[in-house]
Amino acid sequence: MRRLVSDTMVIAERNLVRLPRSPDLLLAFTVQPVMFVLLFVYVFGGAISTPGYDYVDFLIPGIIVQNIAFGGFTTALGLSEDMTKGLIDRFRSLPMARAAVLAGRTLADVATNLLSCAVLLITGLIIGFSFDASIGEIVLGFLLLLLFGYAFSWIFALLGLGVSSPEAANSLGFIAVFPLTFISSAFVPAESMPAALEWFAEINPFTIVVDAMRSLWLGAPAGNSVWGAFAWAFALIAIFAPLAVARYRRAAGRA
Amino acid sequence: MATRTEEKVTERAAPGPVSAGEAAISVRGLVKSFGEVRAVDGVDLEVRTGTVLGLLGPNGAGKTTTVRMLTTLLKPDAGEIRVVGLDAVKQAAELRERIGLAGQYAAVDENLTGSENLTMVGRLYGMSRAQAKRRAAELLARFELTDAAKRPARGYSGGMRRRLDLAAALVARPPVLFLDEPTTGLDPRSRLSLWETIEDLVRDGTTVLLTTQYLDEADRLADKIAVIDRGTVIAEGTSDELKDRVGGERLEVTLDDREQAETAIEALAPLADERPVVEAGVVKLTVRERRGVIVDAVDRLKAVDVGVDDLGLRRPTLDDVFLTLTGHAAEGDDQNGATR
Repeated sequence: MRRLVSDTMVIAERNLVRLPRSPDLLLAFTVQPVMFVLLFVYVFGGAISTPGYDYVDFLIPGIIVQNIAFGGFTTALGLSEDMTKGLIDRFRSLPMARAAVLAGRTLADVATNLLSCAVLLITGLIIGFSFDASIGEIVLGFLLLLLFGYAFSWIFALLGLGVSSPEAANSLGFIAVFPLTFISSAFVPAESMPAALEWFAEINPFTIVVDAMRSLWLGAPAGNSVWGAFAWAFALIAIFAPLAVARYRRAAGRA
Repeated sequence: MATRTEEKVTERAAPGPVSAGEAAISVRGLVKSFGEVRAVDGVDLEVRTGTVLGLLGPNGAGKTTTVRMLTTLLKPDAGEIRVVGLDAVKQAAELRERIGLAGQYAAVDENLTGSENLTMVGRLYGMSRAQAKRRAAELLARFELTDAAKRPARGYSGGMRRRLDLAAALVARPPVLFLDEPTTGLDPRSRLSLWETIEDLVRDGTTVLLTTQYLDEADRLADKIAVIDRGTVIAEGTSDELKDRVGGERLEVTLDDREQAETAIEALAPLADERPVVEAGVVKLTVRERRGVIVDAVDRLKAVDVGVDDLGLRRPTLDDVFLTLTGHAAEGDDQNGATR
């Protein structure tokens, strides 16, 4: 167990060390989300009606959730790259804890997610977003974000191990996650969608998490969404972490 | 099934960190299938401590699959593997502490510096950060990478990457080293320098199993060679023993005038048991007796007025061995996908 923790930290460190050295990756984590916030607020914002809220207040929790779900992409790309480049073989030939390669990856994502959350929030605060919440609620909101992002890292881990190349991971991940985040209450109120989409948006875990964030940060009526959001995040981890680890054992044996 | 040579093989007595003279690697009846394809089909191998076994074969012969099983990366369908006395399936975790693997693709993290790569591996072997750093510095110096230690491996040349990969395999000072096509894709100079490094390691007592599709590489590095084709070992022995199986030395005569080939063949026929053959203006024959044969050949050709451009005696190469044993040349392409 101690071995698992220390090996996980070594792998997490390995994945974080590269960040400051890859300006392109750093741009993806910082500038790109900021660009989306500005586009949405100033291009679409005027045309989207969000009763009860300024669009910037409505958008920030939504776009942060979308962003954090995509944060796990680095795990999919990184694992897929490690598989094709033979690094997974190196790790598997070492007397290290088996789960550490994945656990270290996903842990590193938590750190990068925190970074991009902070960038988005600061951007939001500059262009007019304001909290309507206690410190405790704000912190709980951050915890939910990181947990949900962590859950998605495991989904992306499974994806990254299952596909044949980093490029495939990229397009498959995009196809899977992009519509999920858009057919939710992240950018527009679900009620404004056609009936079938609205139905989907209502049961979409993204909607539940976005609603939970709005409730925690803006004092919106929550219903069950805060508990529901945490439950979703834990359930996703409980399902996808073991699947990814099992896949790692098998996939690494084949490549 | 494998038709293996029964010849007694001369072993070099090199003391190793295990117990000298014992088998560092012993493999019996190894089988692995991928779907319909039997990638490895009953391989037996034995490598004495402190010696080098060259696993020689074309792409898809089952070399990589064999190494993957020996290094615990792949579970065999059948057969027994013992490395430094440990069972590769039942004692995989202990075995990983004792072996080093350098792969076909240099498995280094391009985003980390040379030093960070080795330090990471050291820590994953359970060393403290300080220990791992010290070991990394030692290895970087040994592999002449100290100047590049603080640069990301992304910018390394192919040869530097291979050296870093090999260094990573040596972090825990393993008594047994597996090298899967260590010089594939390297330029001749990097190749030579890697060969010298491997020879140094063997001198220090390391047991090495290396796979290669290069016959000159096996010839130079291996004490013993196992020729593998379609998942089975088809011949085994020292380089000389294998060459002897192909037969004696060859005389090759390049003619001034290709039209005279028939005359030359008639003139040279008495020097060989089998009738000389002609390929692209070169008359080739396996000579019965080495001594005096060149002068004899020149005299005979002169007597029938055949002009000679070039003439030489040549030991059979492992290329010839491979061709003789398998009926096809060594540079076959991956036909059954067995190494993937």
